[in-house]
Amino acid sequence: MMNNTNQLKRADFIFKNENDWKEILAKNIKRSQQVLINELISSELKGRGGAGFPTGLKWKLSAEAESEIKYVICNADEGEPGTFKDREILSLVPFKVLTAMAICGHVVGAKEGFIYLRGEYFFLKSSLNQAISEFEEYCKTIHLDFSVKIFMGSGAYICGEETALFESMEGKRGEPRNKPPYPAISGYMNKPTVINNVETLAHAYTIFTYGAKRFYDLGVQYSRGTKLFSVSGDTPKPGIYELELGMSLTDFVNDFGDGDTKAVQVGGASGFLVPRKRFAETNIGYQGKLTGISLPTGGSMMLFNSSRSMYNVLDNYLEFFREESCGQCTPCRVGCQQLWIGIKAVKSGEKNALYLEKLLRLSETMQWTSKCGLGQSVANSFSSIVENFREEMIY
Amino acid sequence: MNKIKITINNHPVEIKKDTSILDAARQIGVNIPTLCYHKDLCIAGNCRVCLVELAGQKRLSPACATPCEDGMEIFTNSVKVRNSRKHIIELLLSEHNADCTRCYKNGNCELQKLASDYKIMTSDFIPLVPFKHYTIDMFSPSIIKDDSKCIRCQRCVRTCAGLQGVNALTVAYKGDQMKITSFFEKSMNEVNCTNCGQCVIHCPTGALTERNYIEEVWEAITDPTKHVVVQTAPAVRVALGEELGFAVGTRITGKMVAALRSLGFDSVMDTDFTADLTIMEEGTELLSRLKRALVDHDPDVKLPMATSCSPGWIKYIEHMYPDYLGYLSTCKSPQQMFGVLVKTYYAQARNLQPDKIVSVSIMPCTAKKFEANRPEMHASGYRDVDYVLTTRELAIMIKQAGIDFMKLEDAKFDRLMGESTGAGVIFGATGGVMEAALRTAYELVTGRDVPFDNLNILPVRGMEGVREASILIENPLKEWAFLNGVELKCAIVHGLINAKKLMDAIQSGETQYHFIEVMACPGGCLGGGGQPIPTSPEIRRKRAEAIYAEDEGMPLRKSHLNPEVIKIYADFLIKPLGEKSHLLLHTNYTARKRY
Amino acid sequence: MDTSTTLIKNLADQYGRSRNNLLPILQSVVKQEKYLSELSMITIAKELDISASEVYGTATFYSFLEHQKMGRYIIRVCKTITCSMKGKNQILLAIQDMLKIDIGETTPDGTFSLLQTNCLGFCHKAPTMLINNDVYTELTPEKVREVLSGYLAKAKEGENDE
Repeated sequence: MMNNTNQLKRADFIFKNENDWKEILAKNIKRSQQVLINELISSELKGRGGAGFPTGLKWKLSAEAESEIKYVICNADEGEPGTFKDREILSLVPFKVLTAMAICGHVVGAKEGFIYLRGEYFFLKSSLNQAISEFEEYCKTIHLDFSVKIFMGSGAYICGEETALFESMEGKRGEPRNKPPYPAISGYMNKPTVINNVETLAHAYTIFTYGAKRFYDLGVQYSRGTKLFSVSGDTPKPGIYELELGMSLTDFVNDFGDGDTKAVQVGGASGFLVPRKRFAETNIGYQGKLTGISLPTGGSMMLFNSSRSMYNVLDNYLEFFREESCGQCTPCRVGCQQLWIGIKAVKSGEKNALYLEKLLRLSETMQWTSKCGLGQSVANSFSSIVENFREEMIY
Repeated sequence: MNKIKITINNHPVEIKKDTSILDAARQIGVNIPTLCYHKDLCIAGNCRVCLVELAGQKRLSPACATPCEDGMEIFTNSVKVRNSRKHIIELLLSEHNADCTRCYKNGNCELQKLASDYKIMTSDFIPLVPFKHYTIDMFSPSIIKDDSKCIRCQRCVRTCAGLQGVNALTVAYKGDQMKITSFFEKSMNEVNCTNCGQCVIHCPTGALTERNYIEEVWEAITDPTKHVVVQTAPAVRVALGEELGFAVGTRITGKMVAALRSLGFDSVMDTDFTADLTIMEEGTELLSRLKRALVDHDPDVKLPMATSCSPGWIKYIEHMYPDYLGYLSTCKSPQQMFGVLVKTYYAQARNLQPDKIVSVSIMPCTAKKFEANRPEMHASGYRDVDYVLTTRELAIMIKQAGIDFMKLEDAKFDRLMGESTGAGVIFGATGGVMEAALRTAYELVTGRDVPFDNLNILPVRGMEGVREASILIENPLKEWAFLNGVELKCAIVHGLINAKKLMDAIQSGETQYHFIEVMACPGGCLGGGGQPIPTSPEIRRKRAEAIYAEDEGMPLRKSHLNPEVIKIYADFLIKPLGEKSHLLLHTNYTARKRY
Repeated sequence: MDTSTTLIKNLADQYGRSRNNLLPILQSVVKQEKYLSELSMITIAKELDISASEVYGTATFYSFLEHQKMGRYIIRVCKTITCSMKGKNQILLAIQDMLKIDIGETTPDGTFSLLQTNCLGFCHKAPTMLINNDVYTELTPEKVREVLSGYLAKAKEGENDE
């Protein structure tokens, strides 16, 4: 059950020391594939990149796919505005991520791993490479055939979309593919590929260290475990926090707000804006709500106080999407331009307020018809801002 | 076979597993509109016009890119589908210069048709065109690229890459800046575009069109001081009908001649004549190269010899394999042979001043426009071919002139350069030049017909991208004794992507041929970039059938038997590869930069 | 062979000539030369046996793969929401005022280019900017001037920063 205790449940798993990684790795690669998959499934770990796909199932599907060559990819193309947790994980506890990748390789039968690191995080590359050398060195000593390479991105938000990421790694424009086929069956180089967010892998490490139950016991139904939150905006204590899932937004704002919080953007620009009046009924977790609204999230929490214009916020998001859409599919490419230019036209009076209805319907069409998550999720912030702050859009 | 059960609009259907929803629907007569989909191309799934609703799913799925799964309940015309589709069309129109009445593709535009089918009467969205700084590239003599008409379906890009392996066109930038362009946004004329025009016949809108010379030709025709001669390429006669109400694959040679005469051309002759002439020159060239290789052991002789009729292929090899230009036959294409002879041989025979002659060609090809424009194509002392019109442009002129094409009586080509054989006709299909050359060369060497039933060299025909054939030479005539026992090895490719495969194989030395035929366009000229739109494998197959039927119906089917060819050698050229031939009918090539 | 061609040949030897290696090669050229020239792209295309337009199409997709001549130090100021809220415009003004260039421009001496970019992943330390690969956070106009002065000094001394 959702737990409203007026207190955020802080946790400290992810950044806790990683000195035991060799032991964890050596121990787990002796366990059978089936046992490891079952452990992951029973933990109910869901992808921490934002989409929330059950991680154990992902590994299982790839393990079952028949292929000589398979890949494990760590998605470190952290580009969602307001999200900066993966950088911290890779800076502070890279061995947890590498260990989880190698265990994944053992589970699915992959010998090669990649970390797709966004270009903006180039400064992490050399320290990460050092970690990789040490890691691979150890793998040799325990006769584990697994290597990891870093693949650098070059400034394209859309490459965080898993199939766009494959395209990018294959030396092409980062344009998302049609699905099916899904990555577990046909991913990088059309081979079965497990692709997990950095944080997901770090949680997998926690699970393989302490067991599924320890993780499962945290959080609430459908939203098990802890989650890193990237807190920014109008808050006295911006930063990265590990919290149990299932908290209410009121509790969150009580802890992190500046006393004047007007709205919180949950899940970055592609997430939802929650206005103050709905804080109490909003819980942070995955689908399967019990009470109130439950929001899936990549962990970005941006707080806005009453000095902020929600029009400016939306304008900024839409400019972002307009630029970062890959541009291949009609609803996303043209839709983003129309939404952006549309709210400007309403604000300036060129179009009357009713035009917002047309734009809301457009955002809904984008949600239903876009090829990938980018175009599909523009409606999240668009409708939640326009519907809750209509006056600010017009006057 | 793996069958699955689905329903489409509540009708139960049994279908092969992995069939796309689009194909499944079409099989039962349910049409789903498409834009980025094309039968010739890989699936993109980016226009989102073909979206359908699947029971239990909130989001819509692209019918072209979604395979059917057992138990799927598909709705192609639900409220959600209809409204979304309208929205998508509206979005495309908002980014598009929808000035339809002033568009070259007015009436033959897939976007226009969709807008009409879905009755897009309002334009609520803000027009984005004024913000876009669209440009029109008019520097190419063959193709005009108007970005304001582009809907970014990427059919042209997939054509240029997947069918042709040329990749002159690319998608560049992302987001709102995303566009279809060339290397560093240079003009198509500057980069490695082969002018093949496959992008033009695969473009759903007016973004890529042929550069048309209709007005120039009308002007020449109307000018009383000008004698306007027209030639028609083999592939035109099996496709022009499609533009004028006939079923695909209908042969309308006689009506075409009648229409041209009725348009006011002073002389209507046939490129097939110079196709036959090409066989004489090229066949002789091949035999002379074989002699140099086998008898003289000349290390400089270049084999395999490659055909040179396809100007798209010529430009391709000039860019991509400049070291291999010596392998090309030096023969000009039939169009250019015809052009130079019109202003020399024909002018003399008819007692005309060459500068008063306007030479027009009707071609299934946009690259021919570029070819006619090449600086070396002035061997007559004048520009050999003044204007090149595509099959489509001719159809436009026929419509403009108010000619009731269907009711025309068949007419015959004018003499002197109007006679042809079946061998000339099959130049229009992939494998045709090879077949025509073998019919003549084999007979020249052995004194006998090619050892194939009814002269039909079936192994060189077909639509396989790369085909190989060989023909064993036995008991040759005395002067060709050195060819006894030689197995003449040939390869035939069409579509430049296959030309790349062939050239790479030749380059690596893994294959050894004597003679290769390369046609830039899929199916050969009958699938050319100047042919009626649309195109598809099925359409090209029907046109090919028509070509071979035309061949079978001809009284003469071997180039060397063409009486006008015999006459021109007797009266004017003297002999194949002779001095005059060299001067007028042969050419050289230019190494170009690779992009 | 000019230096650029040699560089690319070496890179192709190092990474390999399959299409998968296109991005690392492009990134390395940009690291060396700050941008991708027409010649670089044509050379890369030849080495990988793909067309130059494909290289161009791919490069233009990625914001960090510039294809116009850039300064030695490329400043990228984050313009996404939090940085925008926390005074990105003042930072830009400070830079523009100091270097006398506008967004998208390069100083006449070729030392600095000024660009904006999307989220750098330091929203908790907004406003932020990148100079080449180095991140600067919690910027103020004063701090920006200080940082730039450091680079200016480095540029004057001709110091190699790679």
